[in-house]
Amino acid sequence: MTPPDSIPQRIRAQDERLARERGTIARDGPDLRGAELEARLDRTWRRTPGIIGWLATVDHKEIGRRYIITALIFLALGGVLALAMRVQLARPDSALISPQRYNELFTMHGSTMMFLFAVPVMEGVAVYIIPLMVGTRSTTFPRLNAFSYFMYLFGGVMLWVAFLLNIGPDVGWFAYTPLSGPEFSPGKRADVWAQMITFTEVSALAAAVVLICTILKARAPGMTLARMPLFAWAMLVQAVMIVFAMPAVALCSSMLISDRLVGTNFYNAAEHGDALLWQHLFWFFGHPEVYIIFIPATGFVSVITETFCRRPVFAHAVVVLALISTGILAFGLWVHHMFATGLPRVGYSFYTSASMTVAIPTGLQIFCWLATIWDGRPRFQVPMLYVVAFIITFVIGGLTGVIIAAVPLDLELHDTYFIVAHFHYVLIGGAVFPLLGILTYWYPKITGRMMSETLGKISFWMVFLGFQLAFFPMHFSGLLGMPRRVYTYPAGLGLELPNLLSTIGAFIVALAVVIFVVNGIVSLYRGMIAPPNPWGAATLEWATTSPPPPYNFAHIPVVESNTPLWDVDGEMPVVTGLRVDEKETLLTTVVAAVPDLREPIPEASLWPFIASVAVGIVFVASIFSPWALAFGVVPCAIAIAAWFWPKEMKRHPEPVIS
Amino acid sequence: MMGRRGAVLSLPLLLAGCDYQTYQSIFSDASTEVHDFNILFVIFLIVCAIMYALVIGFLIAAIVRRSRTGPADVVEEGRHHQSNPAMRTGLIGWTALVGTGLMALAIASFFGDRSMANAAANEKLSVNVTGKQWWWDITYNSADASKMVRTANELHLPVDVPVHIYLKSDDVIHSFWVPSLAGKQDLIPGRDNDITLVPRKIGIYRGQCAEFCGADHAKMALIVNVDSYADFLKWWHHQLESAPAPTSPLTQAGYNFVTTRQCSSCHAIAGTPANGTVGPDLTHLASRRSIAAGAMPMSEGNLYGWVADPQSLKPGNHMPTIGLEPDQLHAVVAYLETLK
Repeated sequence: MTPPDSIPQRIRAQDERLARERGTIARDGPDLRGAELEARLDRTWRRTPGIIGWLATVDHKEIGRRYIITALIFLALGGVLALAMRVQLARPDSALISPQRYNELFTMHGSTMMFLFAVPVMEGVAVYIIPLMVGTRSTTFPRLNAFSYFMYLFGGVMLWVAFLLNIGPDVGWFAYTPLSGPEFSPGKRADVWAQMITFTEVSALAAAVVLICTILKARAPGMTLARMPLFAWAMLVQAVMIVFAMPAVALCSSMLISDRLVGTNFYNAAEHGDALLWQHLFWFFGHPEVYIIFIPATGFVSVITETFCRRPVFAHAVVVLALISTGILAFGLWVHHMFATGLPRVGYSFYTSASMTVAIPTGLQIFCWLATIWDGRPRFQVPMLYVVAFIITFVIGGLTGVIIAAVPLDLELHDTYFIVAHFHYVLIGGAVFPLLGILTYWYPKITGRMMSETLGKISFWMVFLGFQLAFFPMHFSGLLGMPRRVYTYPAGLGLELPNLLSTIGAFIVALAVVIFVVNGIVSLYRGMIAPPNPWGAATLEWATTSPPPPYNFAHIPVVESNTPLWDVDGEMPVVTGLRVDEKETLLTTVVAAVPDLREPIPEASLWPFIASVAVGIVFVASIFSPWALAFGVVPCAIAIAAWFWPKEMKRHPEPVIS
Repeated sequence: MMGRRGAVLSLPLLLAGCDYQTYQSIFSDASTEVHDFNILFVIFLIVCAIMYALVIGFLIAAIVRRSRTGPADVVEEGRHHQSNPAMRTGLIGWTALVGTGLMALAIASFFGDRSMANAAANEKLSVNVTGKQWWWDITYNSADASKMVRTANELHLPVDVPVHIYLKSDDVIHSFWVPSLAGKQDLIPGRDNDITLVPRKIGIYRGQCAEFCGADHAKMALIVNVDSYADFLKWWHHQLESAPAPTSPLTQAGYNFVTTRQCSSCHAIAGTPANGTVGPDLTHLASRRSIAAGAMPMSEGNLYGWVADPQSLKPGNHMPTIGLEPDQLHAVVAYLETLK
């Protein structure tokens, strides 16, 4: 038993020690600045070299880079699959690829592009840029961030290893039951698909939580919600959408695994399950998924338009409201993927109207970007060219979207190449073009060098024109009666010419992507050295060096307008007082961004990596036995407990608020 | 077969010198439903084209305006946080325009939907179509059970008669789609679905499964033969007849093989002991236009190929390659060819 009077005595002793030490704690400020501050911050924030340091790092910039590069590798792999399919479809009745192999190809193409490229690349860019853009030293929950990357990597590698071992999925990226169920897909192909979903949803949810908290709590003082850059808004909306959408696919893919592994009958109509249940749950995720990909891209467009037109995006508040309403509406129109399933006609009319309504916020955003160009002084460097291509292309996809929102039209066009054309216009025109633009735009920030403008323009024109050649004829293929997901088509239906054009276009796009990648690699060594703000942009990521130091900013900047770097005269105003000897960043209030807390940032740790290995083993093993879940919990629990073991303040403990 | 509007819409392809048939095209005008579809599609295309022209016009104007005086790399000093009042008005006008356009289209869609639903309200003919991996099992319903006809992969419909097609599936989800005649409807195990249509033009139309259904999804076609009412009745009566008895030693040998060996465990031939229901009914096989759900045209050569090795002609399908001796093959094909 502790004597009652010793408790206050111990606390008093602690307080005295703290008071003594407080004077000795190194903080950034008038006394500590310039080269000395940077050297000391660098010691605190730099990761340890070597493979252990590489695996353990929690630096958002390293994780973001890995995310982007991994996602681009998956883009290339998915692209190769697309080329294989286009070669097969170049001629009618072609027998180059067997139907079974073709089914694997389009399943892998769709799954790779949706789950392993499009969503992760958006998250990767955001994980890299958002902390810089909102002016902080790290993401919140940096270890969760590291965990999220490894989960994504393992899920992607598992899927592709399975494909190379000839147990890759062949049930489509949508895996409709009962085709994907135990009766019609024996073997492990569908299980591999379902577990890949589990990996990516864990990863996406983790990244979404990291981004939401970083955006809401770690913004620089003065960056009120009203002054928050549109890209941060877009990522906030996207991350919240992930939080609401992913559980639906988690649920339906777990039920599928359960049907396949332990013999439940969720989707088995013969045992009073329901095959359509899958479609409702899947599309409740699947439709928002499209906007989860598209909304960050609208953020890219806003960023580029603002910088290259030399004025803020017209009607900032309108764009923000458009983003939020798109995010909400996205959850109310999943049924338009199911118009042919025989649902009640009143429901059809409702979902037709709901689907068309999405065109309003999107139309508003288009108008705002055009008004920005109109009112600004546009410079047509490569990123801006991609914005123009985005508008020309995406609007076609949006309008064909209005066409297929109408039930009577959709019943003809659904599941035809018209739809293939539509969603590639939306996803490539709407998301990949802005992505290529933004990669060119942020390349100097990430690498410290500029990409070649000449090669950039060559690949831009090839990707833009090649894309139109590849995908515009698909509208006609669809109208002439070509359904999706067919490994071949008969001669004599008029499908030969559009398919041949599509194949030629696809190869031009592929060549353009190769040039883009070559440009990226060559510029890494030969590119012009980039100054901190090569494009003359207005947001905070350009307030630090290119590439940024491990601690991002020597002092946390203070924001006084929407476009801080354009409005500041002389030096950026800053706040000081963060610890230099420990990793620490400033948290601010959610709405007004008033300084709130000094938040210790976790040290680098191997445990997130070990935890992701443990969880990965459970996921992979549970493809083969349900017992994996029971036994696999133990290593997961150990890894996660070690990860969350309370941090002991070895040096200079102090109350958090002072 | 091609409607006037279809001709206009696919003009670019015609200009490209493409000579093609349209019996799987959406622009057929061959049924009331597709006629309505085409009208609605053109309305949507016009509205969308106007909207697209406005966007592109604005984009071009905004870009051209760049050529005004002043250095290009200077931020819009002093006034860059303000919105141009003309643009604010423009934004409101644009929103109103988009809203109005969408409302008009939604209403058009609603009435289009209703019109299609009413066109075939009073059914005169009822057909069950069951989707199987990877073929279509077709039964013509009749109040008189002896008048019911079972066939496969080829639908015969009388022109100008509203037909009600009941759609079911025994295995996975398929989708019934004959583009020239109607939009698609899914065949879902455990659910009853249906589609109605009124064919308006005599002709032959091709459809195919539109929902991914496994290995041979691409080879699950359906041929629809729209006939005059008299021809249709003639066809129906012919379908009610049993298969003719074999007349030569060769066809007799084929008959013996088909009815006593593997074939009859899956296939039925009316008037013979073959009564399997797993595969397509073969009673009038040789009168159909195609083999194996549109996988290949009906011909003696293709029949040889199909019976000898179905797995190499339609890989993955559920008909096994059973390894017939040459004389057995000759006999079986000779017999099947008598099943007119």
